[in-house]
Amino acid sequence: MAVETSTWATKKGLAQMLKGGVIMDVVTPDHAKIAEDAGAVAVMALERVPADIRAAGGVARMSDPAMIEGIMNAVTIPVMAKARIGHFVEAQVLEALGVDYIDESEVLTPADETNHIDKHAFKVPFVCGCRNLGEALRRINEGAAMIRTKGEAGTGNVVEAVRQLRDVLSEIRRLQGMREDELFVAAKELQAPYELVKQVAAEGSLPVVNFVAGGISTPADAALVMQLGSEGVFVGSGIFKSEDPARMANAIVQATTHFDNPSIIAEVSKGLGAPMRGISLDAIPEEERLAVRGW
Amino acid sequence: MKIAVLALQGDFREHIQTLESIGVEGVPVRLPADLDGVSGLILPGGESTTMRQLIQRWGLVDPIRGLAATGAPLFGTCAGMIVLSKQIVGGDPPVLPLLDVSVERNAFGRQLDSFEADLTVPVLGDTPVHAVFIRAPVIEAVGPDVDVLARLDDGRIVAVRERNVLATSFHPELAGETRFHRLVATMAAAHDDPGEGAGRRPHPTRRARNAS
Repeated sequence: MAVETSTWATKKGLAQMLKGGVIMDVVTPDHAKIAEDAGAVAVMALERVPADIRAAGGVARMSDPAMIEGIMNAVTIPVMAKARIGHFVEAQVLEALGVDYIDESEVLTPADETNHIDKHAFKVPFVCGCRNLGEALRRINEGAAMIRTKGEAGTGNVVEAVRQLRDVLSEIRRLQGMREDELFVAAKELQAPYELVKQVAAEGSLPVVNFVAGGISTPADAALVMQLGSEGVFVGSGIFKSEDPARMANAIVQATTHFDNPSIIAEVSKGLGAPMRGISLDAIPEEERLAVRGW
Repeated sequence: MKIAVLALQGDFREHIQTLESIGVEGVPVRLPADLDGVSGLILPGGESTTMRQLIQRWGLVDPIRGLAATGAPLFGTCAGMIVLSKQIVGGDPPVLPLLDVSVERNAFGRQLDSFEADLTVPVLGDTPVHAVFIRAPVIEAVGPDVDVLARLDDGRIVAVRERNVLATSFHPELAGETRFHRLVATMAAAHDDPGEGAGRRPHPTRRARNAS
C-alpha cells in the first residue's frame, strides 16, 4: 500500500474539517483548555492577543516554542501558530514543533516587504489572510491551504471583516458572470494566476476553505459573517478580552452552528456580560492598521 | 428518500454533495426536528470534541439513538466514527454508543502524519478505495457482531459495520468516492421498503380466510 503524507488533499482537508467552527486565539494552556471545553475546533497559540499586540507596539514575532508546546500538550484539538509574513525560518521552527497549521499572519510584524513564504515547500499546511480575491489567489498560488479575510485584528470591530468578505464573494460572483475570453483581463486586474481565476469562475468558490478573522466579538458578529457566506470564524481578542471568556466562547460556537436561526442566537446572547471594548476604525491611523500588511 | 447529514460542524457540505452526486437528497440536521422523515443519517468529519458538545447541547442524543433503533442506516466518517463508538481510548465518555468498538483518537499523530492511501475494501468490489486520513482515529478493538471492512497493511482497522451502523476512519467524501454513500443509500432504501418480494405479499383483493 503506497502511503503519502502531507498531500494537498490532507492540507486542504484539515481546513474542511474545521468548517462551521470557531478557531480561538489563546495565550496559555489554561486558555486553550477553556477554548476546547467551549467547543473550539482549533486554537491559535500566540504570546499576546492582537488587542495587546496593538497596545504594546514594537515588533511582534513568533511565540516562544515552549509556550506553543505547552498548548499542544494541553488540548487534543488542532493547534495553529503564527509566523511573520515572509519569515520562512519561523515557519520551519513551527513545523519542527509539529503544529497542525501555520498562520502567516499580518498580526505579527512582517519580516519581508516583498515576498511571502513559499508554502509549497512545507509539509505543514498554511492559512493566510487576504483583503480581496486577488490577494487570496496569490496566497493560494504560493501554497496556502486555507484563507481567512483579515478584518482588522484587535479592534473588536466587525466592519473590516464584513467589507473584505463581501469583496471576496462579490468578486467571485463577478467572475462567474464573465465570458471565458474576459477572464484573461480579470486575471491581470486581480494580479492573480489565470488558472486559479478560471477555476474560481467555473466553481463559484475559492479552491480552499475561507474563514473570517479580525473583529468578531459577539455571537451575532459570528452569525453575520456566516450568513454572508463565510465557512467559519477566527476569534482573537473577542473571547479573552470579554468579561466572561468561557461563556462568550461557547455562545459564539453555538451562534456559528445555528447562524441562520435568530431565536437561538438571541438565546445564547443573553447575559454574556460585556464584550471586548471595541475601537472605531477612524481612530486607527493608516500606518497602525494591520490589514494593509501583506500584498 | 432523504438522508440526513449532521450539520453542527465539519465537512457536512461535502457529504451532501456526495449524496447529490448519486441522486440522493441530503438534509442538513442541526436540531431534532430536522430528523423528521429521513431514512438514514451521516455523521461527518470535523472535530469530535466540538461535535460531542453540540450533539448534547441540542438534544440530539435520544433522537439519533431512536433513529438507529428503527434500523435506519447511520454512517460516521472520522469524527463521526468517534462519536458513534462505545468506547473511546483515554476515557472520554461515549456520545452515541451505537458501535461496539474501541476507538483511538488522533491515532496516527498530528497533522504532519495525515496521509492518503489506496485501501482494499472487499465489500465494495475490486477497485481500491482512495482514502484520505486526516488526524484520523483507528479502531483498536471490535465486539463480536462487528464486521471489519478494511484494514491498513499493518492490520489496523479503519472501516467497520455493525448491522445498520457503518464507520470509516477516513473521508470518502473528500476523495470523490461514492461507494460508501451508495451502500448507505441502498441500506436506507431497504429500511424504507424491506422488499421481501411480491411472492410473499398477500393477494391484493383476497379476503382473510376467517372473514366469512
